[in-house]
Amino acid sequence: MIFWEKMMNLDRRWIYLCIAIVVIIPAIKTFKVPVATTPEVKKVYDFIEEMKPGEYFYLGIDYDPSNLAELDPMTYSILNQAFSKDLKIVIACLSQFGVGMAETRLAEVGGKYGKKSGIDYCFLGYRPYPAICILTMGVDFRVTFPLDYYGVSLDSLPIMQGIKNLMDVKGVVDITGGNIADFWITYGNGRFGYPVALGLTGVMSADYYQYLQSGQIFGLIPGIKGAAEYEKLSGFETSGLRSIPYQTLSHAVILLFIIISNIGYFATRRRMAK
Amino acid sequence: MRKQIPIYFVLVSGIVMIIQYFVPSQLSDDLFTYANDWVIVIGIFALALGIWSLLKAEFRKLRDPKEIFYAGVLLVGYFVMFFSGLKRGNLEYGSFFMTIFNNILVPIQATLFSLLAFYIASAAYRAFRARTVLATILLLTAFIIMLRLIPLGGFSSVNQTAVSWILSVPNMAAKRAITMGVGLGAIATCIKIILGIERTYLGHD
Repeated sequence: MIFWEKMMNLDRRWIYLCIAIVVIIPAIKTFKVPVATTPEVKKVYDFIEEMKPGEYFYLGIDYDPSNLAELDPMTYSILNQAFSKDLKIVIACLSQFGVGMAETRLAEVGGKYGKKSGIDYCFLGYRPYPAICILTMGVDFRVTFPLDYYGVSLDSLPIMQGIKNLMDVKGVVDITGGNIADFWITYGNGRFGYPVALGLTGVMSADYYQYLQSGQIFGLIPGIKGAAEYEKLSGFETSGLRSIPYQTLSHAVILLFIIISNIGYFATRRRMAK
Repeated sequence: MRKQIPIYFVLVSGIVMIIQYFVPSQLSDDLFTYANDWVIVIGIFALALGIWSLLKAEFRKLRDPKEIFYAGVLLVGYFVMFFSGLKRGNLEYGSFFMTIFNNILVPIQATLFSLLAFYIASAAYRAFRARTVLATILLLTAFIIMLRLIPLGGFSSVNQTAVSWILSVPNMAAKRAITMGVGLGAIATCIKIILGIERTYLGHD
């Protein structure tokens, strides 16, 4: 009984130490964890896969470096898949830190395929007020972004010839760690009816499953597991599949602690009540 | 008079924006674009005000020996990023601005967020206890959801089915109820603001 009482008052530093150890283990000796694909991730993959070379889609890179571990693998996989299929991408950031993330990823992945800004993709940069940006991009990209990120007029870019607003792209894939997803659902899909898919952090994703069934979003990539599924489907492996062992072990330890905590609670409950 | 003019302004613009939403026409589109431009312009003033307020507060802190280090770091960081990103060409990959972003800001933010794993583990140990029926339901649900990341052989597919059901039936029902409630609340608040019943946005003077 004394053991369980001690366990009930376990110093949090022991928990921190256990988590640190299990996070270090896969870094020393890596192993593979089987990843099963889910329909919501496959729908996003199929959407890009079924597009023909030269067709347009909009990619929102709306996350901060704090969400990098979960959302970066999605960006890499989608950019790799799209550039390898010669698709045209219109990219914008409705979150201020997204610009730095997008510019770096475009330079890396675009450079790998020899893609040029203004010809193969258009990087619009950042504007504040996501709701207004989504609404005005529905009228004309040039209202929200007269110039692209590099200061070139949108009218002079070959990629933007014959494309006026979001109605001219096949769909929207927004990768975000914030409430910009809500704006895409409310204004992008609600007002203009664009097909919207989301790439979200793990903690956010449970909130957005309702929009899958209602058809307001056609696909969802939830957290690092979703990113790993996407990598498996697309065949472009970055850090998504590699992160799964870390998450698996840390989740297993957390579950173990929850079990120990509950055994301790029931073992000491009567004595505590007295 | 100081309160009457803003109330009439809100009443008229609110009604006009409702009409433009439900009446599709070129005039509606133009009006909508014009109104959105106004919001962006007002937002830029708010940004300038925010920067002014931040700098004022931090320069004041420079006089306090306890705060001088942190205020100094913030001000140096602010001015370095401001001046290095001032010219548009400096924002491209490989520039000084992007090097600072990728090598200082990205690791700082990613590290801080990663620390959450430790706090969540500690919080889960103390909070996830089957004290009541509702707490037990929450505990079991969290347990099933977290199990999906752990390979369990043949049980994994059963668990995945359970996870899908939890996310798309009870989770969705609860979320939808909350969303509908929030939506109705937002409509009620908007109507109150447009009709001048809700006036807290005018301040207390």
